[in-house]
Amino acid sequence: MSQMTQPGGPPKRPPPWNDPRVRAITFQVLVSAGVIAVGVYLVHNLLHNLAVRGISTGFGFLDNRAGFAINQSLVHYDESSSYGRTFVVGLLNTLLVSGLGIVFATILGFVIGVARLSRNWLVSRLAAAYIETFRNIPLLLQILFWYFAVFLNLPPPSEALRVGDSVFLTLRGLYLPRPEFGDGFGWVALAIVAALAASAALARWARARQERTGERFPVFAASAGLVVVLPLAAYLLAGRPVTLHSPELEGFNFSGGVSVIPELAALLMALSIYTAAFIAETVRAGILSVSHGQTEAASALGLRPGWTLRLVIIPQAMRVTIPPLTSQYLNLTKNSSLATAIGYPDLVSLFAGTTLNQTGQAVEVMAMTMAVYLAISLAISLFMNWFNARMALVER
Amino acid sequence: MKVRTLLSAICVSALALAAVPAHAGATFEAVKKKGFVQCGVNSGLPGFSAPDEKGVWKGIDVDVCRAVAAAVFGDANKVKYTPLTAKERFTALQSGEIDILSRNTTWTVTRDGGLGISFTGITYYDGQGFLVKKKLGVKSALKLSGATVCVQSGTTTELNLADYFGLHKMKFKPVVYDTADETVKSFEAGRCDVLTSDQSQLYALRSKLAKPDSAVVLPEIISKEPLGPAVRQGDVEWFNIVRWSLFAMIDAEDLGVTSTNVDQMKSSSKNPDVKRLLGVDVIKHGLGVPDDFAYKIIRLVGNYSEVFERNVGAGSALKIARGQNALWTKGGLQYAPPFR
Repeated sequence: MSQMTQPGGPPKRPPPWNDPRVRAITFQVLVSAGVIAVGVYLVHNLLHNLAVRGISTGFGFLDNRAGFAINQSLVHYDESSSYGRTFVVGLLNTLLVSGLGIVFATILGFVIGVARLSRNWLVSRLAAAYIETFRNIPLLLQILFWYFAVFLNLPPPSEALRVGDSVFLTLRGLYLPRPEFGDGFGWVALAIVAALAASAALARWARARQERTGERFPVFAASAGLVVVLPLAAYLLAGRPVTLHSPELEGFNFSGGVSVIPELAALLMALSIYTAAFIAETVRAGILSVSHGQTEAASALGLRPGWTLRLVIIPQAMRVTIPPLTSQYLNLTKNSSLATAIGYPDLVSLFAGTTLNQTGQAVEVMAMTMAVYLAISLAISLFMNWFNARMALVER
Repeated sequence: MKVRTLLSAICVSALALAAVPAHAGATFEAVKKKGFVQCGVNSGLPGFSAPDEKGVWKGIDVDVCRAVAAAVFGDANKVKYTPLTAKERFTALQSGEIDILSRNTTWTVTRDGGLGISFTGITYYDGQGFLVKKKLGVKSALKLSGATVCVQSGTTTELNLADYFGLHKMKFKPVVYDTADETVKSFEAGRCDVLTSDQSQLYALRSKLAKPDSAVVLPEIISKEPLGPAVRQGDVEWFNIVRWSLFAMIDAEDLGVTSTNVDQMKSSSKNPDVKRLLGVDVIKHGLGVPDDFAYKIIRLVGNYSEVFERNVGAGSALKIARGQNALWTKGGLQYAPPFR
């Protein structure tokens, strides 16, 4: 009953210049108008200057013939493809190296982060040395090191390092046999899908049973068995529909087979190792944020140390780890643009480099490139926020 | 909806209201005001533009800029250099960061038409060639099918390469780098079998190898690469000054005027062509630079032959023959319109 009617009717509104609401709105409108005006001025200035200097504008160039070659493409590309196609090729190459980089950096980062907390003196010191070394050397130097000092010092094709007659490692790349899928491979694919579906169903059933009866079922071993045995059986029954084509030395280079170019390998190596050092630290921070009482409580309940880590520590540590992990993923993706230093045909090197130079359409090409990085980063952020919300502590 | 309408209204009116200022002559005025020529050059290509051991820029492309400075200021040293990669060069010129792009750049129709720049002339007639390791035993470019080729990004070289291999139904794998240094390093390491570039560059790049004798330049020339300076389009006054600075050097060679005999020629020559070139007989050329700008260029920088020989010819480490770059009177292509 604190609100009492004042004598003399309802409270008087203050004059507009003293009304916080009116003031707030006024300032917001003024600032927005200022920002818009600057933006409009910049765009207009740009268009004007482009016109005055006779520089052609517009996105029509994307349909023109590119006419240059690219040494790694996930989709079909040849010299008669368009500039628009080079954009797709560059984008896919960026996604490839970022995606693989995120996977490797995460695995390595978690291992190093846990090792850093190990009670074994040697293991924890080694992990610390790893983190301090790779975190503190500029990434560009690491990329150049892996490329020029490591991969380009591998032997030439004529003296390739080999595993059997089908895997070759040279400074031109790693050559693996190429599988060719014959008739009947559909059955194998079907078996893989069926095995995965069965494993998922098994996991659900096992969890329900454990909640009902408290008995555990070895889900992992059973699923692993399913995933291996079913496709293998299908493969044998369908008459071995996969044939391997080994790479062979022909003239200057190996041909046939699948190859991984050294530019990709060096970039991937540098990005994963560098980012893993940061991820290790966020993992360590996450684990240390879980109070020791939780471990004690878990052992009081009779959980084994491995289970304590998996069921008690990690789920709570994830809450602290995921947000900084997201920024590491974003960093890795953006850092992949350093590819241009060693000639890996990523989006920046290929599209914002070669294509920009051949067409001279700097504004359009740069705008598209920036939009792509923005979109990739936002997609990663969205996914990680969703993941974070799932992993957050659920209050019961 | 309303906000959007409002926004587009603002946009349209802003576009409509802004006046279009005249642009011609802006570069020349700006250059005179700041007191030096800002010149975009290659970051390190011996013979064309590279800093020597004292940090002084040397090369044919550098001398073109020095000639322009001599014409405008009467002082060939009033030049500041911006080292550029192939990728950066056009944007640097378009944006006004540099006044002249003199960076072994090939003159093509799309560059003249679509990039908003204009080439003022040809300082060096070049053509694309191939450098291969001797131990491969390759004698002709037509035997290169299946090879891995190192090439610099954003160049006409990249396009010619694809055209040439496509035309001859040969396969290749490109490895594309940003700088000539990386290209050479990786060729040396064996990442590629072939390095392709303009032939003049191949000799320069070969000299950077640890063992220059381990590589040979193949005889085939697969393209026309006329290299020359470029300026922003639409600035006719500046365009003319850069163009005629080069012509002055070529005409000087034609008339036998060199940096050593120019003073004597100025005082004693009876040849009317020489008198006009050196400004003894004043012709109202209307370029906006002093009447005797050619005299200053020849005295301070030299004629075309001197520039060629000391940078890439007999007086240099590259020892490139004049070939197509000889004067038109000696079976070459270098020709300049007359001073009259």
